[in-house]
Amino acid sequence: MLNRIRVNKKGIYKYRWLYVMMIPSLIYMIINNYVPMAGLVMAFKKINFSVGIWKSPWAGFDNFRYLFATSDAWIITRNTISYNLAFIVLGNTLAVLTAMALAEVKSKKGRAFFQGSILIPYIISYVVVSYLVYAFLSTNGFFNKTLLPLLGLEPTNWYLETIYWPFILVIVFLWKGIGYSSVIYLSSILGIDGSLYEAAALDGANAFQRAKLITIPLLKPTIITLVMLQIGRIFYSDFGLFYQVPQNSGQLLKATNVIDTYVYRGLLQLGDVSMSAAAGFYQAIVGFVIVLGANLLVKKFSPDDALF
Amino acid sequence: MKEKLNLYQILRTILLALLSAFAILPFALLFIASLTKESFIMQNGYSYFPKEWSFSAYEYLIANGAQIFRAYGISIIITVAGTCLGLALTLLFAYPLSKPDMPGRRFFNFMVFFTILFSGGLVPSYTMWTTVFHMKNSILALLIPGLLMRGFYVILAKSYFQASIPGEIYESARIDGASEVTVFSRIAIPLAKPIIATLVLFIGLDYWNDWNNGLIYLTNAKLYSIQNVLNQMIQTITFLSQNAGQVSVTGNIPSNAVRMAIAVVGTLPVLIAYPFLQKWFVKGIVMGGVKG
Repeated sequence: MLNRIRVNKKGIYKYRWLYVMMIPSLIYMIINNYVPMAGLVMAFKKINFSVGIWKSPWAGFDNFRYLFATSDAWIITRNTISYNLAFIVLGNTLAVLTAMALAEVKSKKGRAFFQGSILIPYIISYVVVSYLVYAFLSTNGFFNKTLLPLLGLEPTNWYLETIYWPFILVIVFLWKGIGYSSVIYLSSILGIDGSLYEAAALDGANAFQRAKLITIPLLKPTIITLVMLQIGRIFYSDFGLFYQVPQNSGQLLKATNVIDTYVYRGLLQLGDVSMSAAAGFYQAIVGFVIVLGANLLVKKFSPDDALF
Repeated sequence: MKEKLNLYQILRTILLALLSAFAILPFALLFIASLTKESFIMQNGYSYFPKEWSFSAYEYLIANGAQIFRAYGISIIITVAGTCLGLALTLLFAYPLSKPDMPGRRFFNFMVFFTILFSGGLVPSYTMWTTVFHMKNSILALLIPGLLMRGFYVILAKSYFQASIPGEIYESARIDGASEVTVFSRIAIPLAKPIIATLVLFIGLDYWNDWNNGLIYLTNAKLYSIQNVLNQMIQTITFLSQNAGQVSVTGNIPSNAVRMAIAVVGTLPVLIAYPFLQKWFVKGIVMGGVKG
């Protein structure tokens, strides 16, 4: 015991300047990440900015009672989870297929070209994405003025019709996100021992059989880990996708409102801070429980890939 | 083994060609629309094959784009400052964490990691930054909240220091009498160039593309970055009418084309730099791997 302490002291002395190096980042992290965690208690207060957060009276569970009495609570929970499920299933399926196709492109230049183009949407901000979508969907858009007339269909006001939006949002998500996950899957596939494929080819396995018998099974750990990580985030959504792409249209809220956009609107547009804080607390806690659960599952299936 | 052109190959080529087209074509529409004559857009909508082309959207931007240029300048300054500061904070924290025998390492590691798992969310952050640090309508709001140091990047850098630079190099430098700080600045940093390139790319992109902080903390349009200007414009066309009122433009304001032109201008730096940086970008994603 004494020995250990002495070693530690030596270690602390040895690395004393490294501790000093860490101070600025540590201060930033405490302010930016840890202080707001303590701020979650706002959900239990009746916020009154004129007296300050700490002096605002306690509200017990009132904020939650109000939140869950509205139909919004159900809509935002349903939307958040079902969109994420659609993203997980379609996103990973398409990304794996894309990665498998990319892996088969033998020329390096050809592969870089395809991969590069598929990845472009990922580097663009959601504000610019909303312009792209607007160019297709506005009254002057490509769909209304060119595509629909070509198909003999009537133009429609896309930004007012709820029914189209689940499809639009899923398509935009896939458009923007496929590149990123296919890069990860591709690097996994390229790590597979090439001699396996050669042996299979010698045995007369065709390309479909090789994909089914070699690539997919060996890709399984990566798929499981990515899916579990995404399930861990199932209570969170990309604010940009749900706020910018529908252009904050009030008529579409039934189909586009998720927890993140609800919290934002409550705080900055409707001035309903207490309700917003309650929704944020609900997201943080349930989200955290889900991450822990997902990690537990990963630990069971492939301990090496567990987050902690 | 040579294979004949089979069904599988045809399918995969079609899939890749379709996906590439799907990814690129929307940008083409944006670009073409910005070069289309306004009267043509009003009549025929945004089209891939406009019959009447025009540079007037860009001419209009150059003549009347005081706010755009200002916002552009702010975006550039914030991106450069944010990238430098963010990189410094990330590396300074990540390097000590890579020392296996540093006391307290596990605690600090967990501290970083926990920020990825759990966060206070928008309401507490917003309240803190506005009431304690007075970020509302401060230019620093574009720089500081949220973006400066991400836990994920710290973990990325730490793993790189750990995996790619052998411990013996450090030990021999120590034995030669170099201090820990010298080892960091003279040995670790030069060896970490690949991860630095990747971090610069990621952090730079985060800053250039950020509109969230401006949306939340800024109401004064003079402080807007280019993303915030774009954001505001697409949600209210009032922007153009206001600007037009100030400079008293007469006749037709090419509003549809101008909007698309500003979006092009806001995206162009990223799109131009991308082909040169693609390799590093892909490397970075792979490095982040599944834990991204």
